[in-house]
Amino acid sequence: MDDQPVLKTTPLHALHLSLGARMVPFAGYDMPVQYPAGVLKEHLHTRAAAGLFDVSHMGQVVIRAKSGTYEDAALALETLVPVDILGLKPGRQRYGFFTDDNGGILDDLMITNRGDHLFVVVNASCKEADLAHMQAHLSGCDVELLDDRALLALQGPRAEEVLAALWPDVVDMKFMDVRDASLHDAPCIISRSGYSGEDGFEISVPADQAEQIAKALLEDLHCQPIGLGARDSLRLEAGLCLYGNDIDTTTSPIEAALEWAIQKPRRAGGARAGGFPGADRILGELANGTSRRRIGLKPEGKAPVRAHAKLYADAEGRTELGEVTSGTFGPSVEGPVAMGYVPTRFAEPGCQIFAEVRGKYLPLTVSALPFITPTYKR
Amino acid sequence: MLKFTAEHEWLKLEDGIATVGITSHAAEQLGDLVFVELPEVGSQLTKDGNAATVESVKAASDVYCPLDGEVTEVNQAIVDDPSIVNSDPQGKGWFFKLKLKNAADADALMDETAYQELIA
Repeated sequence: MDDQPVLKTTPLHALHLSLGARMVPFAGYDMPVQYPAGVLKEHLHTRAAAGLFDVSHMGQVVIRAKSGTYEDAALALETLVPVDILGLKPGRQRYGFFTDDNGGILDDLMITNRGDHLFVVVNASCKEADLAHMQAHLSGCDVELLDDRALLALQGPRAEEVLAALWPDVVDMKFMDVRDASLHDAPCIISRSGYSGEDGFEISVPADQAEQIAKALLEDLHCQPIGLGARDSLRLEAGLCLYGNDIDTTTSPIEAALEWAIQKPRRAGGARAGGFPGADRILGELANGTSRRRIGLKPEGKAPVRAHAKLYADAEGRTELGEVTSGTFGPSVEGPVAMGYVPTRFAEPGCQIFAEVRGKYLPLTVSALPFITPTYKR
Repeated sequence: MLKFTAEHEWLKLEDGIATVGITSHAAEQLGDLVFVELPEVGSQLTKDGNAATVESVKAASDVYCPLDGEVTEVNQAIVDDPSIVNSDPQGKGWFFKLKLKNAADADALMDETAYQELIA
C-alpha cells in the first residue's frame, strides 16, 4: 500500500473511465483532467458546441431558517457574505464570497433563492470548512450538505438545444435563473450559469440517476465530455477567479476586482450596509481604493506565463510588482493569457510589464477581463 | 541508427550528428503542444541538461539533452507550429541536431526494442 490517501469518487466515476478519461487527484477526488480528445480540442469544442463537465466534487448545500422563511435564511447568510441576498428574487442566483475578519476571501460560491430556503454551491476544496463555518455562524438555520446529489455542468452555445431534448422548458430560462425540472423522471435543479464564459447550465441531479442523465446528454453528438484541464483554460479566458489561485484569505474582494458582486444595500449608506466579516476593510477599500488589483495579462510572445511567475516593472527584473496567479495558453484567444496582482498604478489596460519565465523577462500587456466575449443569455 | 532515452527522446545518428526529438509516447502523454522553445544554434549542451521546453495548455515540460554536444541546427517549423510535434513526433517534429562531443557515447543509449519494453 502506498501513502496516498484514498481518493473519493463522484457518481460519474465509472462513466469517466469508460470514456477513456485520464484521471488525476483534485480536491480529494479522482477526477477526469481530460478525455482522449485532449484539453485543446475539448476547450474549443465547448466554445463551438457543448461540453459536459462533472463538477460533483463541489459542495451543494441547503440553508433553511428554523422559522421556515426565506428572509431569515437570507439575513443569516448576509452576516457571512457581503451580497444582497435578501433582495434576490425566487428562482434567481447570484455570485458571492465568504469573507474573514481581515477582509480576505474564505471561498467563493453561488447563492440561489429557492423560495423558502437557500441553495448554495461551494468549492470542493473548501466544502468541509464552509459547512463548519456556516453551521457555527448561522445559528437560526439548518445547514445541510446534499451528498446524495451529483452536479453536471453543460456549457457552450449548443447547451440549450442539448438540454431541450430532455426538458423543452429550458428555453424560457435566462442567465442566472434557477428552475426545478424533471430529467428522465429525476428531480433536478437547473441553473443557467457556469464557469466557462459561455451560455450554459449547471444541473443538480440525484446521485443514482447522474450517469443515466449524463449519458442521455452525451447522446447528442454536439455534446462532448470535458475534463478539468479545459475547465481551467475556459474559466481563465472568461476572466473568472479560481479559489486558491486568484483569490484566497490574503486577497480582499476589492483587490480581486470583485466589487461588482457587492450590491448597494450592503455598501456604505445602503439599507444593510456592512454586517459581514471584514466589513470595515472592504467598505473602506470600496471608498478609497486598494494599493493592488487583480488584472488580466496578455503575454506579447507565444510562451505561456504560468501561476507564480514574478511580475516586474522593467525588463531587467529590478522592480518587483507582484505575481501571476493563473496563466495558461488560451485556445480560443490563440495565445497565452494570465491573471495576477499588481500595484494599482500598473493596473490600467495597455500598461506594459514583464514576467520572469525560465530566467528571461517576457513583456506582457495589462488587459481588460474577460479575454473572450461571454455569450450569456441575458 | 535510432536510439532512445528513458526521458522519452529519440536520436537518429548520422556521421556524428544526432537529430533529436521526443518520442510518439511522450507526445501523446504531453497532449497538444502550444509552445516550443529550442536551444540556440551553436550552444554547447551537456547530457541531462535542459535543452528545450515544450508546453501544452496545462503545463510546461523540459526536454533534456541526451548526450554532450553542440547544437548545429534547430527546427523552426515546430516553433511556428507546435502541433507538428503531435502529428509527426519522430519525423517532421524533430527538435534539434547535435554534433556529438563523443559519438561513441550513443552506444550506451537504448535501442528501439529496449525503449518499447520501457514504455510497455
